[in-house]
Amino acid sequence: MEPKAIFDLLKSRFGGDILEIQEEGISPPFAVVSPEKLPEIARFLRDEPGLSFDSLMCLSGVDYKERFAVAYHLHSLKETHRIGVKVYLPKENPSVQSVDAVWPAANFMERETYDLYGIVFEGSIDLRRILLPEDWEGHPLRKDYKYPEFYHGIKV
Amino acid sequence: MSGDKAQAAPALSVLPGSLGPEAHVMIGNADKFVNWCRRSSLWYLLFATACCGIELMQAGASRYDLDRFGAVFRATPRQSDLMIVAGTITHKMAERLVRLYEQMPEPKYVISMGSCANTGGPFFKDSYCVVKGVDLLIPVDVYVPGCPPRPEALIDGILALQKIIDQKKNFGKTAKA
Amino acid sequence: MKSHAEALPTQEMLINMGPQHPSTHGVLRVILRTDGEVVVNARPDVGYLHRALEKIGERVTYAQYMPFTDRLDYLASMNCNAAWAWTVEKLAGIEVPERAEYIRVIVCELNRIASHLIAFGSFTADMGAFTPFLYAIRERERINDLFEEVCGNRLTYNYVRIGGVSADLPEGLLDKTTEFLDYFEPKIPEYNNLISYNKIFVHRLANVAVISPEEAVAYGLTGPNLRGSGVPFDLRKDEPYSVYPKLEFDVCVGTGERGTVGDCFDRYMVRINEMKESVKILRQAIAQIPDGPVQAKVPRVFKPAAGEVYFRAENPRGETGIYLISDGTVNPYRLKIRAPSFVTMNIFEKITKGLMISDIVAVIGSFDIILPEIDR
Repeated sequence: MEPKAIFDLLKSRFGGDILEIQEEGISPPFAVVSPEKLPEIARFLRDEPGLSFDSLMCLSGVDYKERFAVAYHLHSLKETHRIGVKVYLPKENPSVQSVDAVWPAANFMERETYDLYGIVFEGSIDLRRILLPEDWEGHPLRKDYKYPEFYHGIKV
Repeated sequence: MSGDKAQAAPALSVLPGSLGPEAHVMIGNADKFVNWCRRSSLWYLLFATACCGIELMQAGASRYDLDRFGAVFRATPRQSDLMIVAGTITHKMAERLVRLYEQMPEPKYVISMGSCANTGGPFFKDSYCVVKGVDLLIPVDVYVPGCPPRPEALIDGILALQKIIDQKKNFGKTAKA
Repeated sequence: MKSHAEALPTQEMLINMGPQHPSTHGVLRVILRTDGEVVVNARPDVGYLHRALEKIGERVTYAQYMPFTDRLDYLASMNCNAAWAWTVEKLAGIEVPERAEYIRVIVCELNRIASHLIAFGSFTADMGAFTPFLYAIRERERINDLFEEVCGNRLTYNYVRIGGVSADLPEGLLDKTTEFLDYFEPKIPEYNNLISYNKIFVHRLANVAVISPEEAVAYGLTGPNLRGSGVPFDLRKDEPYSVYPKLEFDVCVGTGERGTVGDCFDRYMVRINEMKESVKILRQAIAQIPDGPVQAKVPRVFKPAAGEVYFRAENPRGETGIYLISDGTVNPYRLKIRAPSFVTMNIFEKITKGLMISDIVAVIGSFDIILPEIDR
């Protein structure tokens, strides 16, 4: 299916929760959705017969300067089409529902996004720091992160 | 005997027949004997974190054989006397590295292999979680530069370490462990 | 009358398979809770090699990032270099000359053979057979020689550039590559005779950690791990890029020949068969390579238009995806690397329930993970 057709299907089903379509200079195109409806939309994308997005390619956090975003790249092995889904989150206490019940592959990638950005994934089966030590302070990939001077007495 | 000539022969002289036809007595320098034993069987700990680890494995394998220098790899620090730190050390790993070093019995030596272990390597400038040089954590005997160093460079480093071991004084008032 | 097992109370042991371990392919820590020899829960703990490659990407330019992609998966350096180059070229719309694309495919497939050789060698060494490792390294040294002629380094090559490759292949290299392929092709049946169908080896791997196709797709497995479960998905065939549409090869799938489809033995055999396919691809590429320039015109101060792109390439370990966001300046705005080994570790905790401790070693080896990819 073409991305346009997929977006139309989503819009007809979820209406106002599909906030915008980002296509210009963006490959694959993104559907920006509202964070509250994300688990439902994810389940629809996976289970609907014509869509069957059974494979989560990539889950990444992004720090646009005024707000955060979580970008999901999806792929369907049966229908061989690709799509992207994005949610925008505010800078203070960013949090969104976890999708690891829909795509179990999301677990480690959500933990990494939490570790490096501080975005909390509610309902996740396991949300702990994964790449940095447990007692690290701060979330390094944020644009306003300041490198610490020392860690456990060793110069950083 | 100086260490330059006859690297393989020990610094001992055999006097056959001094105490009878079947007796063999060896007279030599205790320091040189102990040093010869230590430098000829440097068992190294398999401590490979990153890319230099592959060069370490290849140095110990088919073409560049480290076994001919007496160096075999051991998986546990309790049985090894050389730690070749090959690869980047991050802050999360630093504590474990020091613990492994402390678990090795004396006398022990450390070779820092590759740019990352020497100074932090290509991650020196912008990385927030890389220890900028393993000598911030443990004392290092030989630094082998390269990214990654060729197996010949690592062998050169081991030979340099052997020369250092040859100079050590083990007995007497000025001896250190 | 109670049996011994019921009469004797046992406790679960907490064992640390620590960051320094001969069989963990790097600094992976596995926290095992075992009931005797049987594992109750095996939790992987990663991050011991986190070097902030994504943060570094935001501070250097596009061309300066190329050596860092080498260190991402150092056993498949050329593949990672090329994935970065293809991503940036997709973002900026750069047209790469055909000879450069053929050269990229040739070095990528040679690197695939080299990577699978180490996977084969270290896997059999983990299982207790040390000799195949020496055989594998003997072959790999010949590939290292070829790469040394091409770009000067044996391990982290930094050969591919945005817009092409850094220099043309030296004279005589393609003949030497053909010689190597003639030497290497009969070695694969030799390895199968040596170790692959050995009774102890098969017994240790068959029916261990079976992953069904649906599970494999849901947990994000890609590459030989996915194909070992019977799913015939190969990015080179299904979403072709570069000159792969012009090359013919088969997709190797696990068939359950000694156990169930999707066990450790299948994943191992897929890698052995992929080496054969890579030899086929290489022969075709060497026959088809045209003459021409090897570098497209890319401006010195390279500022691509603002946009977002996601590109994925078939690396020896799976699908390496790069999500690149550019805001029109010389540095990338956001660079996310989707590493195959990272996503593969998702399924680790689930499939190791009920295995023995020595099976954990087999599972880690059959996944062919590499830690810098996991930790970036």
